Amino acid sequence: METISFVTSHMDLIVHLLGQHLYIVFIAVGLAIVTGVPLGIVAWQYPRTGRWILACAAILMTIPSAALFGLMIPVLSIWGQGIGVVPAIIALFLYSQLPIIRNTHAAIANVEPALREAALGMGMSAWQRLCKVELPLAMPLIMAGVRVATVINIGIAAIAAYIGAGGLGSLIVRGIAQSDTRQLIAGAVMISVIAIAADYVLAFVQRILTPKGLVKLNSLSMKEATS
Amino acid sequence: MGAYDKMVAWLQNYWGEVIYLSLQHLYIVAVSSALAIIVAVPAGIWMSRPRNQRRALAFMQVLNVGQAVPKLALLTLAMTLVGVGAPAAIIALWVATILPITVNTYEGLRAVPPHLLEAAEGLGMTPREILLRVEIPNALAVMFAGLRTALAINVGTAPLAFLVGGGGLGELIFTGIDLNDYGMMLAGAIATAGLAMLVDMLCGLAQRVSVSRGLRLAAS
Amino acid sequence: MIQIDNLSKKYGAITAVENVSFTVPEGKICVLLGPSGCGKTTTLKMINRLIPPTSGRVLIGGRDTAELDTVTLRRSIGYVIQQVGLFPNMTIEDNICVVPDLLGWDKAKSRKRAAELLEVVALDPAKFAKRFPCELSGGQQQRVGVARALAADPPVMLMDEPFGAIDPINREAIQDEFMRIQRQVRKTVLFVSHDIDEAVKMADYIALFNMGRIEQFGTPDDLLARPVSDFVANFMGNDRILRRLSLLRAADIVRADAPRPDGGPGSMAPGDVAVSPGDDLRQVLCLMLEQGRDRVACRDAQGAVVGFVHQRDILVRLGDNNATVA
Repeated sequence: METISFVTSHMDLIVHLLGQHLYIVFIAVGLAIVTGVPLGIVAWQYPRTGRWILACAAILMTIPSAALFGLMIPVLSIWGQGIGVVPAIIALFLYSQLPIIRNTHAAIANVEPALREAALGMGMSAWQRLCKVELPLAMPLIMAGVRVATVINIGIAAIAAYIGAGGLGSLIVRGIAQSDTRQLIAGAVMISVIAIAADYVLAFVQRILTPKGLVKLNSLSMKEATS
Repeated sequence: MGAYDKMVAWLQNYWGEVIYLSLQHLYIVAVSSALAIIVAVPAGIWMSRPRNQRRALAFMQVLNVGQAVPKLALLTLAMTLVGVGAPAAIIALWVATILPITVNTYEGLRAVPPHLLEAAEGLGMTPREILLRVEIPNALAVMFAGLRTALAINVGTAPLAFLVGGGGLGELIFTGIDLNDYGMMLAGAIATAGLAMLVDMLCGLAQRVSVSRGLRLAAS
Repeated sequence: MIQIDNLSKKYGAITAVENVSFTVPEGKICVLLGPSGCGKTTTLKMINRLIPPTSGRVLIGGRDTAELDTVTLRRSIGYVIQQVGLFPNMTIEDNICVVPDLLGWDKAKSRKRAAELLEVVALDPAKFAKRFPCELSGGQQQRVGVARALAADPPVMLMDEPFGAIDPINREAIQDEFMRIQRQVRKTVLFVSHDIDEAVKMADYIALFNMGRIEQFGTPDDLLARPVSDFVANFMGNDRILRRLSLLRAADIVRADAPRPDGGPGSMAPGDVAVSPGDDLRQVLCLMLEQGRDRVACRDAQGAVVGFVHQRDILVRLGDNNATVA
């Protein structure tokens, strides 16, 4: 098909766009993990604050991504960063918060009290207990949250092409503007493939990280991880 | 703030257009959601029947893949299939909305404790009565959670409908971005976000009203 | 009345229940007793066709249940299970009225009946009718379960280890409750249990199952005093003779003693202890052993001495396997 010939003839463009796309996603998710996991832990340690944290993250999720862009651009343009990569990364970062925070919180809450007591009884400090017992056990579920965040972000990064962030979404933008079906389909298919591939790869990583005993977490699908 | 004043001024000029676009927006959301529910709930019920178990699991894999596909890609592909306009948007939104509802219907029904089903059967309920009087009421909380997620996805993706000619409030946002018109942008963004929160709130209310008080008490 | 006629259940090559036959008279409780996997629960479930029989008949009130369709059959049989199975999404009174609602009874009429049934199971309708199952304790829930089974006034009740999930302390209380209810409603009851004490206490008849067949069918005393096989003897326990004690009352053994030199005819001597005619011999014997006496006086509610119970008489009676309990 013509789309395939388009892809093969513009391979370096596509690779460049792919690189842009993944760059935005990885930075956003990386930052989100750095803030999200500690926030999830805090949410568990301090339930009342935790409720607020989770509520705020949930409200963020209900804001359509296009709306978020629309809200951010006027604000960020004060610093001259209205369009481009910055608002994109910020939006993706914000959207990653809920899955990661909620899953971290749920994962740590799910660690059986008996295990906590055993750790305490053995003389571990709260910090040691966190690092040696709770986090390792929580890892699969946290990974599930990271997986969800990543897949969502790949999708939103596509929209970010509309605010000049680049990425594979540009193919769609141009395809619509130029009525060029080849670019349209190339863009749509590529983004879908990347998203599905990411889902599978991260599911695999999640499975590897699951301690042998925790079989149930293995089968978490994206849906279960978001609910 | 300058942008805020611009927005207010712009709104005063274009209030009618905002209303029109909002209605268009709600139309797309409502139609695609209704169609999704009509298909997803029976599908979830079908999947939860014990004799369909194996096929259900295979089906779940397919649905999971579908969920990972970015919404913009869905819209684009729908557009190449049926052309520009609202139908493309409705189809794409329908696909995006189906999965959470189906999965949660399935999981919710499967989570109903088996001894309740045994009691219902032993008392003399027909399979249909068991489904309507025992299974669904007890699965409703989970089903509503799925509906809420699905509606959030739907309302969240709806602004993109503009990009494939489906109209809606996305026009304000994307045109505003193109023209660097903060007023338009903000009006579109706030309207869209507001609508999304409204739908979420209504769904929460509907859930509170429909889920039996007995189940809420049991969960607390 | 229930008549089980050559009921069998085969799963391919495996026979779960083989040619089981017995009859339970109207208004009596028959306990299906036996170790795990003996077929007692399968037999029970074949009566309301939760498990379809491979062969054989079930007759209720003389009619072959095969003539009825499954749903109608089940709506005419009360069913109580171990986990209770109250629907958490319905109030207590809606739970009780499940079958009446299915049958299309008038709502007001059935709610009134629900209130009556709550009183029968000793739960205050004003307090409990509008509550939800999660607000009740396990024992209270099971009482509602019994009320639910009685709602459509079925002639027959099937109970599958109904008190198994209740803690031992409350279990005795609810067993006594149920016996009181049964005296009032007089249903024909089939009751599955693996607890010998429960069976001996509650049953009018026991069907002891072993590997899909009935080893013995009879009154509790039949199985205790006259086991037909080693299996029955072993199952009822080496102490089964002592278990017979709880089936006999002081009134069964009492006799008037000859006049004593130090008092009127059959009066109590100093140091004598007294029991009531209704006390079971287990309590009486325990009292004798505790107090170190070989006889106790039996006093009625007004305080008059009706006779004496002698240890020797108890032992003689126990040893007499052929003396049946009234």
